[in-house]
Amino acid sequence: MANQGPAYYSPYPTALYEGVSTPVEGKAILLDKEVDEETAMREIAKQMLTKENATIFPGPQVLYSYSDEARKKAALIKEMAEVLNAKMIPMYDYRPKYPKIDAEIEINPNHPNLTIWHNDIKAAIFIGVHCHYANVALKMVRCETDCYTIAMCALSGHEDAMATIRDQHASDLEQFIKIAREVKAELKL
Amino acid sequence: MAIDIYKINPEFRDIMPKEIIDLEENATWAQNQKKPRGIKEMPDTKEILEEHSLCAGCPEAAALRYVLAALPKPEETIIVNSTGCTSLMFPHIALHTVHSLFGNQNAVATGIKRVLDWRFPDIEKDVVVLAGDGATVDIGLDYTLQSFFRQENITTICFDNEVYANTGGQESGATPKGQVFKMAPTGKKFEKVKMWELATTAGCHYTMNMTASAPKAVAKAVREAILVAREIGPTFLNIYTPCILEIGLSANEGLGEMKDQDKDRFASYKFVSPEAEEFLKKCKEEGKL
Ligand SMILES: Cc1ncc(C[n+]2csc(CCOP(=O)(O)OP(=O)(O)O)c2C)c(N)n1
Ligand code: SF4
Ligand SMILES: [Mg+2]
Repeated sequence: MANQGPAYYSPYPTALYEGVSTPVEGKAILLDKEVDEETAMREIAKQMLTKENATIFPGPQVLYSYSDEARKKAALIKEMAEVLNAKMIPMYDYRPKYPKIDAEIEINPNHPNLTIWHNDIKAAIFIGVHCHYANVALKMVRCETDCYTIAMCALSGHEDAMATIRDQHASDLEQFIKIAREVKAELKL
Repeated sequence: MAIDIYKINPEFRDIMPKEIIDLEENATWAQNQKKPRGIKEMPDTKEILEEHSLCAGCPEAAALRYVLAALPKPEETIIVNSTGCTSLMFPHIALHTVHSLFGNQNAVATGIKRVLDWRFPDIEKDVVVLAGDGATVDIGLDYTLQSFFRQENITTICFDNEVYANTGGQESGATPKGQVFKMAPTGKKFEKVKMWELATTAGCHYTMNMTASAPKAVAKAVREAILVAREIGPTFLNIYTPCILEIGLSANEGLGEMKDQDKDRFASYKFVSPEAEEFLKKCKEEGKL
């Protein structure tokens, strides 16, 4: 907890203060290493295919039908879940829950007791979650669990995820699904 | 279209909770309604405010439900809030809301309204301010009146509970003379500020002082104020929502207190400018009211 200096203004250790920042355009980050996108996609697929209770958390930007891109991504995320044998838990909005949140079935960055399913989810993809909420939630998950978090971000990525790829649009998801199928075959799953 | 942010992509329908599906299917979005929205649908439609964390029986919660039920076009409305007990309900509203710094609400709303008009010239976007009496009559008085002077097209609603409730009971300008609170032990020394009269003087085209005792009356005022703000200029509603906690009433006594005050400090005051009156007549003929 709080000790001294700017890093400690945050109750959680943040990746940025440990020297990890978001990837530059065209690159991805795996833990603290910059890698190319394909390497990251392969690792993400492997993590999701091999870790217990792998789960995709789709956020409002893909859950709702407000643009062609959102509609395309919705179909691709469904396909991605099938390829990765992953569960899906929607992060449908960010309204806090009263009297209390049921951590068994949902996550919500407004609740600091967030542990994602009592730490039973060992790999998770955040996709379509608005940046400011993804930032908060990823920090909490990183600090309080040993979940391998993955940010598939349409903007510039999230350093607090274990793996982050940026500028992910529908065509990039298609590419990821292709790679995930290959990794699945290689792993004989 | 703004309504599309409530339409669930079919791929995710099976994993969405019922309350979110209900919001899409069973809330009274203006676009799905033939008649103007109103409080009569409240019992059997999905409300925009699901739950809240105010004190049990707090009249602010009831009043906010009436306000939300009466918005002419919720899917195109942005509500600007300020710190206070009302802000405990704001995170639960399924609409775009902005929590501004305490007192700044009318300045923030001005910016939002101007940008929306520039960005979406063909869509009517309503900006509604909802704040407590401390935020409106005291700390935000400057910004509130300035927005009236400038004739901004926004509706300002003050939930007047005559006290700084959220910080534990300090007197505000809206507190009546003589009132004693936990943190105002010697009693208020000057009269309640008549914010509704200031609003009229400052240029509001539709001003009301009322309690939230009659849901229909609140809904009518909200609808009319928003339509006038859209077309003519600023409007102001001062609505008594007593802080039952600070005046020592129990959860079921709020309504009685409002009814008593209908005849006293909140005896109905209504001002409608000639332009607004003309416009509302037209709205009625066109079935918008
Ligand atoms: C700039 C700023 N000043 C002071 C406060 C402290 N503050 C929080 S709520 C509040 C009182 C709110 O009173 P009111 O607007 O009447 O709302 P109510 O709680 O009565 O509904 C105050 C002074 C703050 N949050 N921000
Ligand atoms: S303190 Fe007063 S105004 Fe605030 S929630 Fe409780 S009763 Fe309502
Ligand atoms: Mg107050």
